[in-house]
Amino acid sequence: MGSMLVLLGVLLVVAGFAVGLNPLLVVLASALATGLAAGLSPVEVLAAFGKAFNENRYVSAAWLILPVIGVLERSGLQEAARSLIGRLRGVTFARLMLAYLFFRQATAALGLTSIAGQTQTIRPIIAPMAEAARAAETGAPALDPAEAQKVRAFAAGTDNIGLFFGEDIFLAIGSILLMVGFLDQNGITVEPLHLSVWAIPTAIAAFLVHGARILLFGRRGTRP
Amino acid sequence: MIGLSQVYALAGLVFAGFAVMSLRDAANPRRRRNALFWGLFALSFLAGDHLGDLGNGLLVLVMALTAALGLGRSGADAVDAETRAASARAHGLRLFLPALLIPVIVLAGSLGVRHGGAAVAVLVDPKQATLVSLSLATLVVAVLSVRLFRQPILSPLTEGLRLADTVGWMALLPQMLAALGAVFALAGVGAVVGETITRVFPMDARLAAVAVYCLGMAGFTVLMGNAFAAFPVMTAGVALPILVKVYGGDPAAICAIGMLSGFCGTLLTPLAANFNLAPAALLDLDDRYAVIRAQAPTAFILLLVNTVLMHVLAFPAHP
Repeated sequence: MGSMLVLLGVLLVVAGFAVGLNPLLVVLASALATGLAAGLSPVEVLAAFGKAFNENRYVSAAWLILPVIGVLERSGLQEAARSLIGRLRGVTFARLMLAYLFFRQATAALGLTSIAGQTQTIRPIIAPMAEAARAAETGAPALDPAEAQKVRAFAAGTDNIGLFFGEDIFLAIGSILLMVGFLDQNGITVEPLHLSVWAIPTAIAAFLVHGARILLFGRRGTRP
Repeated sequence: MIGLSQVYALAGLVFAGFAVMSLRDAANPRRRRNALFWGLFALSFLAGDHLGDLGNGLLVLVMALTAALGLGRSGADAVDAETRAASARAHGLRLFLPALLIPVIVLAGSLGVRHGGAAVAVLVDPKQATLVSLSLATLVVAVLSVRLFRQPILSPLTEGLRLADTVGWMALLPQMLAALGAVFALAGVGAVVGETITRVFPMDARLAAVAVYCLGMAGFTVLMGNAFAAFPVMTAGVALPILVKVYGGDPAAICAIGMLSGFCGTLLTPLAANFNLAPAALLDLDDRYAVIRAQAPTAFILLLVNTVLMHVLAFPAHP
């Protein structure tokens, strides 16, 4: 077992993020401290970090979607999303977010995790719609900037929550496969189906809890 | 066979395009720095496998330092809100079609490769079906949108760069955190954290042990940024020896709900940058932690719910 010294890197990350230093530098410093504590030389740490960086390029490949979203925004997609909300009278902020939360959970449960997302759906479509719906409810022509930021952050959070508490119902998602493999190594055989059915109670709870928060969020400061 | 290397080549070309566009952008006072940042991103995607470990280390070091000095925002060729609104009126609901076409192509592509038989499996790497389909979708729909809405031929690059510069240095953080996770694993950080948690907290009652596992999964995930890193350590340290062996719990229910407790931690940690910090940048939020703040109440309540669910559901033999 390693010594407690290797925890220095974890502490550096926590402190660095808490103080608000540039996270890129915090990560570099933490990698260096952790590697040194584990007995590597600075050059070996840099090489290990570089190797892992190269192996994780798929993480940044997600930015490939930026050009197409950019063109659609230049063509007026955000404005079209806003005006669509203006024309659909029954669509309130709460109904929009509840429908999106359900859509995201249900599609993720079918394994369709990549058909929506922050860059793809929230920024160009859902966030502008949510802002427009909120503005209509509060009676203002446009939201004040602070409220607009709150609405956008709430929409982004709703996407994550829908994704996280839907995807584990799907049999072949990464986390289920990880659990099956781990239990197998420890001599316990578990069918993926048995793991995924146990994700259903939490998924229902997530819809109820976050749905209630959506309703509360939508009720703040609306016209009587 | 089309797989990761083709996707990386496409991404490399797009990032190289960002670098060229940055350099040409007279409105950005920091255009050279931006060009260097995106140029190195392009180099990593186009030639990362030939740079060697140390070469890649130096590359990410220079990228991080460049970005930390501060990047500018591209401003050339942006259209104002009036023009966009006019375009929105002219094209109406047709604007949503390309946006809907992206998921349709992703869906058709990944299902087609998964169930298309040997002929398709030769053409596309089945393991990368989703990523390949997504890349194809972005390419096809970008070209289609340029034609359909009469946008400038270079607008995918200039507008993609405008969004990329909105995200800025944050674009690099998720991949760097993934690399940090690998260094943590190399140094055995997980084992030390797990050992500390299991030594410090008492687990002489079932509820206490359930709580240590659920809260430990969440807390560990907050520290490591990833529930997948927390799961093996906490499950080997607490769930299997105590919840399953001592208290006779059902391993499937315990693991599934334990993993979801870890996901509550993911909602709370800046280390899950791709979910929590990058969207804040992408949505132009002043508070870097605004998305985490929006998620936090749901995450804490669900963590409590998970603990109760595990206590109630996972021990059928000893109610």
